[in-house]
Amino acid sequence: MTELTKLGVKAIRDGVRAGDFTAREVAESFNSAVAAAAELNAFIVTTPDHALAAADAADKARADGKKLGAMAGVPIGMKDLFATHGVQTTAASHILEGFEPQYESTVSQNLWDAGAGMLGKLNLDQFAMGSSNETSYFGNVASPWRKDGTNAAMSPGGSSGGSSSAVAARIAPAATGTDTGGSIRQPAAFTGICGIKPTYGRCSRWGVVAFASSLDQAGPMARSVEDCAIMLGAMAGFDPKDATSLQMDVPDWEGALSADLKGKKVGIPKEYRMEGTDQAILDSWEQGKAWLKDAGAEIVDISLPHTKYALPAYYIIAPAEASSNLARYDGVRYGLRDLPEGAGLQDMYAETRAAGFGDEVKRRILIGTYVLSAGFYDAYYNQAQKVRALVARDFEQAWAECDVILAPTTPTASFPLGSLEDDPLTMYLNDVFAVPASLAGLPAMSVPAMLNSDGLPLGLQLVGKPFDEQTVLDAGLAIQQRAAFDHAPEKWW
Amino acid sequence: MSNYRIQGQTGDWEVVIGLEVHAQVTSSAKLFSGASTAFGAEPNSQVSLVDAAMPGMLPVPNRECIRQAVRTGMAIEAEIHKWSRFDRKNYFYADLPQGYQISQLYHPIVGEGQLTIEADDKSGIPEDKVIGIERIHVEQDAGKLMHDQHPTMSYVDLNRSGVALMEIVSKPDMTSPAEAGAYVRKLRSILRYVGSCDGNMEEGSMRADVNVSVRKVGAEELGTRTETKNVNSVRFVMQVIEYEANRQVDVLESGGTVDQETRLFDVATGTTRTMRSKEDAHDYRYFPDPDLLPLVLEDDFLADCRASLPELPDAKRTRYEQELGLTPYNARELTAEVETFGRFETLLAVTAAKIGKPEAKVATQVANWALSVAPGVVKGLGEEANLANSTPEAQATILAMQDKGEISGGQAKEIYEIVLREGGDPETIADEKGLKQVSDTGAIEAAIDEILANNQDKVEQYKGGKDKLFGFFVGQTMKAMQGKANPAVVNQILKDKLG
Repeated sequence: MTELTKLGVKAIRDGVRAGDFTAREVAESFNSAVAAAAELNAFIVTTPDHALAAADAADKARADGKKLGAMAGVPIGMKDLFATHGVQTTAASHILEGFEPQYESTVSQNLWDAGAGMLGKLNLDQFAMGSSNETSYFGNVASPWRKDGTNAAMSPGGSSGGSSSAVAARIAPAATGTDTGGSIRQPAAFTGICGIKPTYGRCSRWGVVAFASSLDQAGPMARSVEDCAIMLGAMAGFDPKDATSLQMDVPDWEGALSADLKGKKVGIPKEYRMEGTDQAILDSWEQGKAWLKDAGAEIVDISLPHTKYALPAYYIIAPAEASSNLARYDGVRYGLRDLPEGAGLQDMYAETRAAGFGDEVKRRILIGTYVLSAGFYDAYYNQAQKVRALVARDFEQAWAECDVILAPTTPTASFPLGSLEDDPLTMYLNDVFAVPASLAGLPAMSVPAMLNSDGLPLGLQLVGKPFDEQTVLDAGLAIQQRAAFDHAPEKWW
Repeated sequence: MSNYRIQGQTGDWEVVIGLEVHAQVTSSAKLFSGASTAFGAEPNSQVSLVDAAMPGMLPVPNRECIRQAVRTGMAIEAEIHKWSRFDRKNYFYADLPQGYQISQLYHPIVGEGQLTIEADDKSGIPEDKVIGIERIHVEQDAGKLMHDQHPTMSYVDLNRSGVALMEIVSKPDMTSPAEAGAYVRKLRSILRYVGSCDGNMEEGSMRADVNVSVRKVGAEELGTRTETKNVNSVRFVMQVIEYEANRQVDVLESGGTVDQETRLFDVATGTTRTMRSKEDAHDYRYFPDPDLLPLVLEDDFLADCRASLPELPDAKRTRYEQELGLTPYNARELTAEVETFGRFETLLAVTAAKIGKPEAKVATQVANWALSVAPGVVKGLGEEANLANSTPEAQATILAMQDKGEISGGQAKEIYEIVLREGGDPETIADEKGLKQVSDTGAIEAAIDEILANNQDKVEQYKGGKDKLFGFFVGQTMKAMQGKANPAVVNQILKDKLG
């Protein structure tokens, strides 16, 4: 029975459809695996009954001869940034501890409608702010991976660290993630799995706790490109409740998958060859080029001249939006309220927010408040928006020369938990390759390439044209087939 | 320029006034959520997840609110911006669930426009005056705090949270309380014509922030202004200006300086007091709302908005004077309120049809009836009057009978009184109660012959040049006819007989 946990989305879906096993057997297997993996701290709450109910519904539908949904019988992990009806939704913060929404996010609802079940709510960096999953109020998430010959707990990446850890550890076949400046791609790279952030607007943001509205985008994390294609298809779609939602049909990405890249041009941006990037990462990039060439693509050098300004611009725009988005956590209507005896409204705000937000969240609220302040707005926020437009223009110009861009996902492999605790700037640098695509709203994916000399996974990033998730997935598939990355972390939990 | 002046110790001061009017948009749903906007509902019964700013909730613009703002802009002859954008105004308060108000600072939907206030000598407005309007933007209203529900806690009612407001910002073009009052009344009238705001100031559908400064007569530079918030009647707006202008003159003349500050109006005392000074002013950290795309208006949409505009107050008043031949006074009275002209135009149409004359021929009669005769009767009856009986049909019937000479003006009132009290068809009432004039020349002639025969001496005197005696003969005839004779017919026959 434990073998079932080795299966991914496609294998489970097809197996349930074929009757090779029941959805209930799958759900039970994963529920057990989740229960046995408390040491990873990947879940904030588990919801085994939700997974079982969805499984039973899938089994019954099959018995009744009904058509099964795209995710029928597949139990998944749900990042705890998605509001789930009646199930605690915290964004990994104390300020929302105990909050049970009376509504379901559009993306999670789409997944349930497609037949998926929920294993639980996955841990993350608090309010999705972090790159190592060390800012959660509910404790760090450990990666299932360890450096060869050591027992030090490694970072699963962030902010979707619970998602990456769970999928890499085979306690969930797939999980939802959200990506504001790399929060799907970086953890996927750190843990040897796949993750795609679609074009901004593909997945509804309705019911997703907001970090930075103009950047936040949900996407799937799974162990294969096919699984990502299937799950993204189930998550995406126009939502009239989100004014920034794309009013476009969802293509059949899975059906159109093709690793044949003949006629495609792959751009290699020279500005991504940055100082401080591990040699192993640069080597993997070279390997990636060879693989894509082998798949029939033409490799072309391109330039994205404003790349180095992207990260600073991101760390102005995202905190600015966050400082406003997080104003609603004030102790008035829901969540934590810290009201000292005899205190007034201002005291309540101060006490509640001081107690409810973690340090990283406070840091970003302060940065965001500062850059929007009178007298600083033009120098910071407005300037950052201009940079953002230039970064987007870099990509637009690049599309004249190539169809998809290949780059590393991260400048380094995973690092031990705690090692960057006191160095937020180095931590922010983790997202240096991920942020430009976020600022431009482009689809971008990380696929596992290889292990480094420490036995830690390295990922490669593919960035596509707006709405062209297909080429991103296709190139990902080409790499997947050639990398044949079938490494799994050794179970220690 | 008005002649309003504050006479100070050091000379005469003039007042400069600008108004920011917040008008609640008439729409069944809020600006960014589907929740209802009805007034007076149970606290927190009209609150969507968006209005309560639950985690992950997103605003989606309500097209109807946008449409109303555009129509309002067109009604004040303003430039409509085809590209506008929503900004967040960030501040913390318990009645503001999001921690920011969605508004439009940088790119409002409506640009510069204007309206005209009419000359009113009595109020010191010597001639018509154009008041500039800087902009109109749309924004969310906040909720309401209730401090009287609990000894130590304040309660929050979010029913109003997220309701759409238009903020209509005037230029500092007004120079007296009367002008400001006329501006608010005119704006209210336009809003109500357009149907974009119900103009109900008591319910808070319309309220004004009043900006006042003073300067020596003839001075070029503007004085420091104060802003008095949330003033909710025309009378209060005028009071605020009166009080503020005098207060500022006192401050300046006693060597002080006016602080640029936000003030509150105290209805009970008619005074204003400091709410917060400039030092305490919020830094609102405005920035474009990333949850919303820029608002782009298509040409078709704009054309539909324009086509849906009704005849506006100025145009209607002119038409009443020029085409219907009404006096300027009547035209102004009838066009001031939507309900008034609505009732008038219906009655005019029905009456003209009944009489079989063009509207212009009966308009004066109908206008006098609507503005003076009918209200007089209603007022006289007090609570006995059942206005439901006062249908256009019934009133038009009375007016038609009067037009044909079947009833006198007095009889018209009597019949209308019965209609108001008991209902019924005016013609039947006139017949049953004998409330009709006699126009039968035979009967009148017989009565006149008898009177002339019995008063030979007076006939001689009249013929001898004593013209005044004509009134005596009319009186005698009317008396003989028990007051029911048609005076015109009586006059005519008497003239014929007396040569």
